[in-house]
Amino acid sequence: MQLSTTILLIIALAPLAGCLLAGFLGKQIGRAGAHSATILGLLISCVLSFYVLYRITAGGAPAYNQDIYTWFEIGRLHVSVGFLVDRLTAMMMVVVTFVSLLVHVYTIGYMAEDPGYQRFFSYISLFTFAMLMLVMSNNFMQLFFGWEGVGLVSYLLIGFWYKRPTAIFANLKAFLVNRVGDFGFLLGIAAVLYFLNTLDYATAFASAPSLIGKSLALTANTHWDAATVICVLLFVGAMGKSAQVPLHVWLPDSMEGPTPISALIHAATMVTAGIFMVARMSPIFELSNGALSFVMVIGATGALFTGLIGIVQNDIKRVVAYSTLSQLGYMTVALGVSAYAGAVFHLMTHAFFKALLFLGAGSVIIAMHHEQDMRYMGGLRKYMPITWITMWIGSLALVAIPFTSGFYSKDAIIEAVGESHRWGSGYAYACVLAGAFVTALYTFRQMYLTFHGKERFVVVHGHDAHASHGHAHEDAHEHGDAHTAVGPNEHPHTEPGHGEPGVLHHPPHESPWVVTLPLILLAIPSLLVGFFTVGPALFGNWFGQAIHVEDANDVLGELGHEFHGAAAMALHGFLSWPFALVALAFVITTYIYLFNPAMAGRIKNALKPLWTMLDRKYWVDDVYFAFFARGGVKLGRLFWKAGDAAVIDGAMVNGSAGLVRGIAAAVRRLQSGYLYHYAFAMILGLILLLGGFWVFGSGLIGQ
Amino acid sequence: MITLSHFIVLGAVLFCIAVAGLFINRKNVIVLLMAIELMLLAVNMNFVAFSRFHGDVAGQVFVFFILTVAAAESAIGLAILVLLFRNRSTVNVAEIDSMKG
Repeated sequence: MQLSTTILLIIALAPLAGCLLAGFLGKQIGRAGAHSATILGLLISCVLSFYVLYRITAGGAPAYNQDIYTWFEIGRLHVSVGFLVDRLTAMMMVVVTFVSLLVHVYTIGYMAEDPGYQRFFSYISLFTFAMLMLVMSNNFMQLFFGWEGVGLVSYLLIGFWYKRPTAIFANLKAFLVNRVGDFGFLLGIAAVLYFLNTLDYATAFASAPSLIGKSLALTANTHWDAATVICVLLFVGAMGKSAQVPLHVWLPDSMEGPTPISALIHAATMVTAGIFMVARMSPIFELSNGALSFVMVIGATGALFTGLIGIVQNDIKRVVAYSTLSQLGYMTVALGVSAYAGAVFHLMTHAFFKALLFLGAGSVIIAMHHEQDMRYMGGLRKYMPITWITMWIGSLALVAIPFTSGFYSKDAIIEAVGESHRWGSGYAYACVLAGAFVTALYTFRQMYLTFHGKERFVVVHGHDAHASHGHAHEDAHEHGDAHTAVGPNEHPHTEPGHGEPGVLHHPPHESPWVVTLPLILLAIPSLLVGFFTVGPALFGNWFGQAIHVEDANDVLGELGHEFHGAAAMALHGFLSWPFALVALAFVITTYIYLFNPAMAGRIKNALKPLWTMLDRKYWVDDVYFAFFARGGVKLGRLFWKAGDAAVIDGAMVNGSAGLVRGIAAAVRRLQSGYLYHYAFAMILGLILLLGGFWVFGSGLIGQ
Repeated sequence: MITLSHFIVLGAVLFCIAVAGLFINRKNVIVLLMAIELMLLAVNMNFVAFSRFHGDVAGQVFVFFILTVAAAESAIGLAILVLLFRNRSTVNVAEIDSMKG
């Protein structure tokens, strides 16, 4: 039985209703009203998403593909708002609404004392709406609408604490870098329209094979394969949104936003939009081996090299951020070897465990009174056992210990890359294998620094905790810093001089239930969802028609011949190279951080140049800053000085006025005001006229 | 024998005197008016001469019109002059330059 349009509309619009309520009536309905309204909207959406998934998977409902509303028509271009709900979409809807719901609940605890409480809830609900529009779309234009919508909300939320200069810098950076990607994406959509004459998915994919043999000739001598052009351009959009090298620079900085949105937007859902998009466009991408090689190389580079940066980070959120970059690289590699199902599967498992890790990091940050530097943590496990255990679960999933969900998705990707024969797959395989080692290094380092070892903070019971509490708030407001000061100790990077780093005024404690409940609810799928879904999702052609793979490229199909159940795969995983590398990393980090902490410093000094390179993030930021940012300013200054000030203001506006003035000054001398001068002019004119007739004859004006 | 050219030369001379009067005179607006009258007379002279030469009386009729119009014009010009003097207390041409740009 067909899915009902009403249900799909409710799924998409319930978060929007919550957003509008919390956003426009935030003052009237108050804090409790704002979070109740948005959470209710999300709950409806999430429950119905699960229902849709159930109907599509078990209920035998066919894929829903229908236009609902005509958005606009220009000539032959007909753009409508419509939904395409197949298994891929249904899975994404569940992931998005489920993680979003948990983040909503978590936010109650995390943002409890923030003055922008209602605004925050409004934003994250708006995000959920935009993301749902993105994944449920049945045409490129609506996809682009959702794409830009999530970009906008990401911008708003990175700069949520808009009085912090670092946050404003970060959100501007995110927006600008995404503009680069979105420009490519828009060009890609334009290319689709140019070659296929439609923006509707079903029609476009059906006619995609007609792209073979077509080419785009920009000049007489360049003939670019049409499918490659489309795919590369679309993928440039994905590079921006999914933070692939070299457009990855915005993601680590986006950690300036509140932690819940780091979990929701910059780890679990929005950044995976690019992955989802490529998987959705698989019928087109399958036509171009060149574009897929490009995708794979970009992804592999990101998977390894951004992970390396994670090793040297001290900010707990930044470690997780670089880990996200690395994992997005894994997903992209999977796309590049045509293992779309593997990429989407990793997207799903990653959404759970990365959201878990981020929310866990947020819980630690709350406990440490907004201290994010891991150098001042340590030994937190006895203060916050729930956070400790759930974060370990997330970490184990992240490093792909067999039986966790991360294992199934990541191991499948590594195997698929090894199986592929596409150009560049050797490089990609080396990168993802080394990446597994690197992932384990930074993950275990983070866990040890945070929860184990000696306590590197001191608790001072010097004065009345409540007095200092209020004082901190006053200061926070004076500094225009709206971020939640749960404790008196402010962030050392953003607020220098606000108390010593590593000095707490009361001991860390476990976070309230609204924070820990989402952690537990995310820990369960992080641990189990892979075991139960790996068979159908990867090897059982669960996605059906939603993902199209050419037979020649079907690496997952190859792997499927060797698949004998999830348990067997996990047992086999214990004997594989990635697990050996993880175990090695575990031994190394355990030795260093539990038994010989001084060694970390010695290694750092021994590898100083390497450390500097990682600490400077391969100087990518510096190059962008020097070249694009400063170059942009210089170019702008040039246009301002030469174009605006000199040509337009100087030559055109003031120039024309000056010209008139000059001519007038010359001509004015003729206007002496003396009658006899005028009379003389008349006579002179007469003489010249008559003289002219006399010399040239009346033929001059005769005819 | 007085020929047509004598009359035309006389007209030209009168006209030139009038022009010279316009230019050289820097003192008195009345002289300007007189110079303009002189120009008209120069033209009249030509009219009469050609009328006689061609045996066409229309030219002489035209002269009467010109004289009539000239009389009216002089009257208006003098009236303007009186007003000018009342307003500016001078009829000195060199001082009347309020139209200077």
